Amino acid sequence: MQLTPEDITAIVLSLKVALSATVLSLPFGFAVAWLLVFKTLRGKVVLEVLVNLPLTLPPVVIGYFLLLLLGNKGWAGKLLRETGFEVIFTWKAAVIASAVVGFPLLVRSIRLGMESIDRQLVEASRSLGASWYDSLFTIILPLSLRGIFAGASLMFARSLGEFGATIIVAGNIPGRTQTIPLAIYDYASSPSGSAMALSLCLVSVIISVAVLLLHEMLGKQLQRSTDQ
Amino acid sequence: MRLRIDADKKLGSFSLEAHADVSGERIGIFGSSGSGKSTVVNLVAGLLKPDKGEIFLDDESLFSSSKKIDLSPEKRRIAIVFQHSMLFPHLSVKANLLYGYKRCAIENRHIKPESLIDLLKLKPLLNRGVKHLSGGEKQRVALGRAVLANPRLLLMDEPLSALDDRLRFQIIPYLKSVSEEFRIPYLFISHSLTEMQLMTEQVLVVSAGRITETTTPERLARNRMAESPKGYLNLLRLANPVLQNGLYLYRWGTNSLCISDGKPDEESLFELSSREIILFKNHPEAISARNLLECRVTEMFNSDGRVGIVLSANGEKLVAEIVRAAADELDITPGSTLFAAIKASSFSRLL
Repeated sequence: MQLTPEDITAIVLSLKVALSATVLSLPFGFAVAWLLVFKTLRGKVVLEVLVNLPLTLPPVVIGYFLLLLLGNKGWAGKLLRETGFEVIFTWKAAVIASAVVGFPLLVRSIRLGMESIDRQLVEASRSLGASWYDSLFTIILPLSLRGIFAGASLMFARSLGEFGATIIVAGNIPGRTQTIPLAIYDYASSPSGSAMALSLCLVSVIISVAVLLLHEMLGKQLQRSTDQ
Repeated sequence: MRLRIDADKKLGSFSLEAHADVSGERIGIFGSSGSGKSTVVNLVAGLLKPDKGEIFLDDESLFSSSKKIDLSPEKRRIAIVFQHSMLFPHLSVKANLLYGYKRCAIENRHIKPESLIDLLKLKPLLNRGVKHLSGGEKQRVALGRAVLANPRLLLMDEPLSALDDRLRFQIIPYLKSVSEEFRIPYLFISHSLTEMQLMTEQVLVVSAGRITETTTPERLARNRMAESPKGYLNLLRLANPVLQNGLYLYRWGTNSLCISDGKPDEESLFELSSREIILFKNHPEAISARNLLECRVTEMFNSDGRVGIVLSANGEKLVAEIVRAAADELDITPGSTLFAAIKASSFSRLL
């Protein structure tokens, strides 16, 4: 297996992007799942469709929409530029792309965890004097930990593989925005790059297996701790 | 405690119209499943919002649609004991017990954890997780947790329904002693007449989404005698039996009772169906039933074609049930004397 310094940068960048996207999305994912499970809202269907849309849309389409939104002429892009924040074609754009694409997976898992919580547990806590946010953090959050963790690892793994949306909003700049999939894409399109592509593929497999193993192990541990 | 409800709530095809004004410390809400009992509980606790109406606890308005008042559940200080204990699975017994206590304002913390833990015999369980507790232990912890929140009112929503019979009657003394010791008024919700008789002094009867009557457990038991599968249930607390020829001999006032299913030493609670008592006009010569009591008729009541005969056996009350034709044939009137025969095996021990 051979890795060039650029490959190492791509690996580090991939991990950094995936981790940032996951951490950034967690509070939002938790909040949205809570709204969907515990609140009666008008327009819940709309929220549901919006959250799940990235699951069915081609990532390239998402990337293009993000480009329109964050680009020079997009309202968010203008706003960000005014505050001195450049997003398009930086690693931050890759984080945003990964966050949007992986978000439905995160929400789905947290939601599954929350749906398994008996409503009467929340009602019990409220009648014992806990306000809604107290109940949210002392009952719902600890009892959704498995779902949160499963969602986070799924999202992390999905972000590592993000390609379509990333290449459009972050580009494929070696050393700056080139993540593992983009680097493999580069190698695969050059005639002499197949050995290098394979090496990076191997790295991808190793990281994915490690994430899945961690997912299994921690999942079991959480199961044990709640089964006490 | 005075509770005034005047509230409407529609839930899909079910609609509840609750109108009641009751005062007392031990109030029952009686009704079959699906009658709307739990909806009443949820309205009082603030877990469901009425479509319109008012709910008052003592003089405080908990909900009023006209005055736009809707006190959130945590501010009502009304704790609930659920049918399935609903202990927090991620917390230890101790943390469960203290959940409400920690959230209770210091000036309201009249009940201290130590005394309650002693009363409910929870000390050996404190550091355990809640998943491996038995059904009865879980319900004791749930009761302790609710009481330690120092509520103004305790809602017991079928707290015994998930337990088997023996366990049910083991928990009842805890429920009663806790509320008496700490003076917490309660609403006790159940579909069991026996539980109503043991736990309450006033009963709201809920049927098809309406509170149809406010009555006493005694009147309720009499009214339901004919339709209830076991008739009227006489409940007898007896203690310290003497074992004689394989039967337990108990003192009951100045009478003595022979019971097959007795238990040495401790106080036991027996249930005797009104249908298990056979009445004789004159003293029968020879009889296989082990108990024959001379009684005076103090009262008679009708229940759907059946006649309830309230008997006094040397001052101890017993209700027997006969059909109208038998009552006419025996020419029973208040004041007449009868002999009541009861088999030793007719008493079933609840505790």
